[in-house]
Amino acid sequence: MSGAQVSLLPDGRRLHLNHGPMDLIIEAYGTPQAVHLAYARAAARFEGLLEALVAELPDLRSPEALPLRGPVAQAMAQAVAPFRPDFITPMAAVAGAVADAVMAAVAGAGITRAYVNNGGDIALHLTPGQNLTAAIVAKAGWQAGRPDSVTIRYADRVRGIATSGWRGRSFSLGIADAVTVLARTAAMADAAATMIANAVDLPGHQGITRCPADQIKADSDLGARAVTVAVARLAPGDVGRALDAGLAAANTFRGRGLIEGAALFLQGELRTVGAMPLAAVPPLTPETCLG
Amino acid sequence: MQNLEKIRCDACPVMCYIAPGQTGACDRYGNDNGRIVRSDPVTILSRTLEQGGRLVPFAGPAWDGEILRPADAFVTGIGAGTTYPDYKPAPFIVSSEIDGADMVTVVTEAIFSYCGVKVKIDTDRFLGPEGATVRAEGEAIGHVTTAEYGSQMLSLGGVHHLTGGSKPEGRVTCAAMLALCNGEAVALTIDAGSAVTVQAGHAPVVDGVRERRMRVGCGSATIGMFAAGWRGLVDEVVVVDDHITGVVSEHQAGKVLGWEETGIKIKGSKSTPGRYFRVSEPGLGWGGTRLTDPLDILGPWNPKKGARPGLTLLMVSTTGEEYAYYVLNEALEPIRHDLPAALQATVRLIDENCEPSLCTVLFLGGAGGSLRAGVTRNPVRLTRSVQAHETRLTSGGAPCYIWPGGGITFMVDVTRLPPGAFGYVPTPALVAPLEFTLPRAAYVALGGHEGAIQSLEQIVAKGGEYATAGRLDRWPGAQE
Repeated sequence: MSGAQVSLLPDGRRLHLNHGPMDLIIEAYGTPQAVHLAYARAAARFEGLLEALVAELPDLRSPEALPLRGPVAQAMAQAVAPFRPDFITPMAAVAGAVADAVMAAVAGAGITRAYVNNGGDIALHLTPGQNLTAAIVAKAGWQAGRPDSVTIRYADRVRGIATSGWRGRSFSLGIADAVTVLARTAAMADAAATMIANAVDLPGHQGITRCPADQIKADSDLGARAVTVAVARLAPGDVGRALDAGLAAANTFRGRGLIEGAALFLQGELRTVGAMPLAAVPPLTPETCLG
Repeated sequence: MQNLEKIRCDACPVMCYIAPGQTGACDRYGNDNGRIVRSDPVTILSRTLEQGGRLVPFAGPAWDGEILRPADAFVTGIGAGTTYPDYKPAPFIVSSEIDGADMVTVVTEAIFSYCGVKVKIDTDRFLGPEGATVRAEGEAIGHVTTAEYGSQMLSLGGVHHLTGGSKPEGRVTCAAMLALCNGEAVALTIDAGSAVTVQAGHAPVVDGVRERRMRVGCGSATIGMFAAGWRGLVDEVVVVDDHITGVVSEHQAGKVLGWEETGIKIKGSKSTPGRYFRVSEPGLGWGGTRLTDPLDILGPWNPKKGARPGLTLLMVSTTGEEYAYYVLNEALEPIRHDLPAALQATVRLIDENCEPSLCTVLFLGGAGGSLRAGVTRNPVRLTRSVQAHETRLTSGGAPCYIWPGGGITFMVDVTRLPPGAFGYVPTPALVAPLEFTLPRAAYVALGGHEGAIQSLEQIVAKGGEYATAGRLDRWPGAQE
């Protein structure tokens, strides 16, 4: 069994942490020594993090609100709790909560700004006067063009960005190509993106292929719930109806103070909620990029 | 044949169950038709490393720029992957210089469908009759073999349990052997015998009781070993033991030393002079008996045969863990006193001579079949080279004992491999690392894949076919 792995990416700037399903890219800005120390803190925090989650995995995969011990597990539970009684498990916030936990270690003396990108769920750290721009790839496959970007400033309340959709690594009960959420923490963004993406849906529509989650991944916390595996080209009216369903959920969550903003993408159409400072960015590197 | 079973992936602590064609939570490890396709880092061992666990990404810089490669780095088969069953060079064929000689190490992971595990359990307890079936989770996975020198031997796995029995039998056998080889504790039951928990390098737990130490010998042997040391310090010594309780004044060793009679009376079956069977029942008390008060085995003292007020008596168990010192009073009753300092040393000597009770697990595999084709185009030459001790075989860097006779049948102490070195495929079979090291000239002469030889620098720079990184670890047991 392999343990946590720590390496610097070939660019020499970004730290890469990997352990099992957790894959984090970290970039901190500051003096070289401050960055080195921040990376050492991140590596130390990462050690044992997966083991601690695995120790409570059955409870983390449960839709019931169960008592949890670890700080990351508790952050996950806290992030998903506001969405009950709808179906949600703490696993809906795992990527964001891990990003938040590592970010708490990265932030420190001499670090002016930083991001922890855990497979697209991102925790941010900003000091006064600083901002970070995230490119978000949120167009449908056949329409992939220039990505949009969002810029988060120090004064914004946003410190977490997360994206969910059926094309992503995690399963979705809905059909959104992507829902990107801005929230106060990455864990909150992660949970809300999952729920909004689930809400972008056309129940019973013939063009949507669904499959029990556990037939794709035997261990899925979604069990036999039908997750989306393919979406045919939809009529424009259907796209709008699905997006509006998601929009209603997003507006509700924003009204309850759970999110700051959201962008919902489906087959080339876009809806935004709240502070979603989208702007087209020049062509960039193929991967999601911050800086 | 399609294997439709889910496999438990052991690549990370999540331990996903992965169905055929699926991937685990990481999306990187998949079940490819019954086999976990893994891309673990290959393990590189060094004796000079102060701290282990460093990952060396192939084809990329280290995150903190430190020197990654100690001079004595040894690439192991752990995580190397295998080319089985293809006729192509092994995953890594590494050139190196050892004591000025050009050497080649062929590194691979091998799949062992016929392998077994030999277990030595240090306990005098009767675990079960010879030939009795040994079970894990109720499935037959092996049998009890001979008891030798205070240890009980089990023989587990092998072709008949792995692939010759029912499907659950093969699966459970494979899982039990994998756990044992990776140093985990495995609960076993023996038909008409005990339940025993076995873990390599740890004390066995027999019927819920953890063994601590092996007795230095039986009570009679203990008398034989230490009688001379007691002479002049005490008038009588009884070594209490579940097998044979020894009495120094009556024992041959005492006679040789001119020990006087003491009028002691032992309740038990006398075997030969100074040796008694069945002084008690087996238990958790003194010397593996049920005794909590050793005086329970003594009858009245006989003044006609030497008993007298002031006579001194040491009672001690075969491990030196229990002891008591007595002096006879006017009524010839033993009264307990503190152990005199001079006798304390003799008790400590017994204690010091006891070995800790351990379980030893030896993996037994055969490096035959097409695996050898990854090493050389003429496989039998590899066999002969190993048999002639020209090629040194190691498993995860650990030395192997090569059985004389046909083939490359080897045994290795699993505690000498880095943790988690063994894997499995649901065939079922174990996966174990193998390295063949031999002089470069000999390697070329036996038809080795000369064109595939690379230096470690080249491997680190380019990466391997399967492994994308190396994990630098301290050699297990390397001197501090």
